[in-house]
Amino acid sequence: MSRDAGRLSLILLFAPFALWIGLLIILPQIGIGYISLREKVGINEYEFGFKNYADFAQAAVYRNTLFRTAWISILVTMLALVLGFPISYYIAKIARERSRAALFLMCLIPLWVSDLVRAYGWIVLLRETGVVSTALVSMGVINEPIEMLYNDVTVIIGLVYTVILFMIVPLVSTMQGMDDSLLEAGFNLGGSRLTVFRRIVVPYAMPGIVAGCIIVFMITAGSYLTPVLLGGKNSSWFTEQIYNQFITRYNWEAGATFGVLLLLFTSLVVWLGLRLTGQSLATTVAKDT
Amino acid sequence: MNDLSCVGVTKKFGEFTAVRNVSLEVPPGSFFSILGPSGCGKTTLMRMIAGFETPSAGDIRIKGESVINLAPNKRNVKMVFQHLALFPMMNVGENIAYGLRCQGEQKSEIPEKVRKVLDRVGLPGVEDKRIEQLSGGQKQRIAIARCMVLQPDVLLLDEPLGALDLKLREHMKIELKQLQERFETTFLYITHDQSEALVMSDQVAVMNAGGFEQIGSPRALYDDPVSGFVAGFVGDANVLPGTIDEVRGGEARVILDGGGAVLARLADDSNTGDRVEIFVRPEALRIGGDNGSGSLSGKVDSLLFNGAASRILVRLDTGQLVEVADGDQASEVSAHDAVTVSWQPDRARVFVRRPGA
Amino acid sequence: MQGSNHLLWIYRVYVGLFFLYLVAPLLAAGAFAFNDSTFPSLPWRGFTLDWFISDTEPKLGLLNDEPLLRGMWNSFYIGMIVAALSVAAGTCNAFLFVRKDFPFKSAFYVLMVVPLVIPGVILGISILVLASMIANFADSQFGLFLTWLRPGVPLIVLGQFSFLTTITSLVIAARLQKFDISLEEAALNLGASRLRVLTTVALPFLFPALFSAFIVAFLVSFENFNTTLMLVGSDAPLTITMYDRMVKVGSTPVLNAVSVVLMVGSGLLALLSVVAQRSPKSD
Repeated sequence: MSRDAGRLSLILLFAPFALWIGLLIILPQIGIGYISLREKVGINEYEFGFKNYADFAQAAVYRNTLFRTAWISILVTMLALVLGFPISYYIAKIARERSRAALFLMCLIPLWVSDLVRAYGWIVLLRETGVVSTALVSMGVINEPIEMLYNDVTVIIGLVYTVILFMIVPLVSTMQGMDDSLLEAGFNLGGSRLTVFRRIVVPYAMPGIVAGCIIVFMITAGSYLTPVLLGGKNSSWFTEQIYNQFITRYNWEAGATFGVLLLLFTSLVVWLGLRLTGQSLATTVAKDT
Repeated sequence: MNDLSCVGVTKKFGEFTAVRNVSLEVPPGSFFSILGPSGCGKTTLMRMIAGFETPSAGDIRIKGESVINLAPNKRNVKMVFQHLALFPMMNVGENIAYGLRCQGEQKSEIPEKVRKVLDRVGLPGVEDKRIEQLSGGQKQRIAIARCMVLQPDVLLLDEPLGALDLKLREHMKIELKQLQERFETTFLYITHDQSEALVMSDQVAVMNAGGFEQIGSPRALYDDPVSGFVAGFVGDANVLPGTIDEVRGGEARVILDGGGAVLARLADDSNTGDRVEIFVRPEALRIGGDNGSGSLSGKVDSLLFNGAASRILVRLDTGQLVEVADGDQASEVSAHDAVTVSWQPDRARVFVRRPGA
Repeated sequence: MQGSNHLLWIYRVYVGLFFLYLVAPLLAAGAFAFNDSTFPSLPWRGFTLDWFISDTEPKLGLLNDEPLLRGMWNSFYIGMIVAALSVAAGTCNAFLFVRKDFPFKSAFYVLMVVPLVIPGVILGISILVLASMIANFADSQFGLFLTWLRPGVPLIVLGQFSFLTTITSLVIAARLQKFDISLEEAALNLGASRLRVLTTVALPFLFPALFSAFIVAFLVSFENFNTTLMLVGSDAPLTITMYDRMVKVGSTPVLNAVSVVLMVGSGLLALLSVVAQRSPKSD
């Protein structure tokens, strides 16, 4: 109970935290920042400057990949919200007590299954010799098998599939806290369905919406498997570029630059999202994990 | 030698003084209560005795030995927590055996000791029950048994009845007193409920704003309060604010704020011209006549029937509402009757006006 | 509300379709593990367990597929190490943020959450970069060959640990928050030493959270791809082995068989962690 013991235990508890955050999070980020600022001019000879960033800005291929990744990520986030909200509302408010838990668990099951298996499932379903195509041929809907993989729509369907659960979980847990009498009061005071939804349900679910959108956006922008496997060679996904620069071409300077850009871009979007909705990272993302 | 003594104990949290120069002596085998409103420092004092807080100044002695430098797990003072703090992951028997195990008691003797203490608290054979299977009153007794099995020098009880419903609380008051007598152990009981303190205790310390106002037997506190705070906090009292007009012998003539002059016993060193308060117990008030205090006129506002504790509410002409204990007078008055109220001057006390009153 | 039955009915259909969307790929991935064909596609040629147990090409079953088995073993022991480490660190963090007060606590708390919002690929490359920089430095200055700082299992462990610790910290801290501190004081008061209080009161209370944090960490580690991809050396874990197979050989039913094993395994573990979180009514 003495003050010294308190200090000692504080230091002992703080040490692992500091080592973890310092060595595995902060220093590595500084590391890629550092690498991204240096430019190879000869064997083991480097110059420092923003040349790597200038190269990026000039190369339309890379620039377009980032923009493409960005707009698809935002689109996927919106779709996940629009598609996931009714499901969450159903689970949290409409389903009966007993089926509620079962539905929620069912929602969680795919969450536990690897991205790889899920993407693989879509491949089995959608490729030229896949289940859907074969079934449609045998039913006579189409004459020839069609390839449904390797296009943007499939990539988006697959991405929404991968991330929608991360939208539903925070939404359900927020809306479960909403008292039914709030809704009843809303109707009782003469609100139409739309006003009750707009003035009561949405504001109440806001922390869940923000948390879900942030997580979904981060996961989508940072995803690798789904766009690469379902989009094929021409998926042009930004994380794929990072991998190519780092591992295939061994051009760490360019790869680190791309990494920093992706991090800056996603942080910017998250920051904007938090700003616009007046939430904080600690109260949204940390709450429902 | 006393079981527990505190000498000039003070506790500061930064600028704030939670406990200010408190001294007390608890004789062996007595039931001692500390009574005070929430935030008065009584819990801090108890936590210092248990060792969870270190005093900024002063000494705490148990059986004459200072325990200031003793860690909480080395002190032979056991504590019943406000929410009992029974371990939910252990059953009743394991809860009671916990302290014995910590003491390194012989394994073979533990079950027998547990059985005996359960007998003594009147719950034989509940060793294998889970905590959540017990009723509120049973949990209470298990919490006490868990401490008593260690034969502490002093048992501290931190408002343990607070979470119980009214009926059970009334019952447990009596039961606690009986348990204390059966175990012949010193109990130090903390509460903000004056009726708990009055019913159970041999001695009560009334605490306010970090310091003791008065230590004494329940009767002494009730009949002879030393301050307006004690008079107002212990038992019911009607409080009439006014200003001293004249002091004669031990009595003061007080002009009430709303008008009217009355006599009452001077209980502190207030003097002519001081702003004071008169404290009169409901049972000291009489309807009609003049008992020497000078009478106040008013109207019966309402009759509150509550068996032996029935009251007549009288709205004085000054606008103030007073409670009159209703012995056998209820039949004689009814609502809206014009009445006069008076008392024997030595049954009303004048104290200097309390801050904020 | 009149006419709402009609709407509710449409609503239910939507929910039903959604759940179909959820399970369709999983069913597809699972079902073809049992199809007696060399391609995971229709038509259905009859039920077989060959893709699990056969020991002859071309239908080499999972149990005889050396690289996949090795990948599974690698994933298993990496998962165990990472889960143990991140639960230990998460417990420290939980005590740090729930019990202690120190300057800039809320800023540090945000730092603790940050790894969750850094894309896994970036965590991977940044740790790769830092480790290589240190290894190169040690090599050029002291002639030391720190092979464990080159891509391989130790880096995979560090990479996964870096973000799993956030998850375990949050899970354990949530439970610790519900802990009534007077239970610890009661134990001290009854004469228990600090260590005994920790082992008999605090840790048993935390156990359900420790257990499910361990399972979550193990599962996420087992299934992780993005961070691992950047740090993998010669000992590839299962997801990387499967991905290689998918890219190089194309889809074969043995991958469906692995998927079945993964789904059943993680389903069971998930169920276990849910049960562990729910069963104690002590909070």
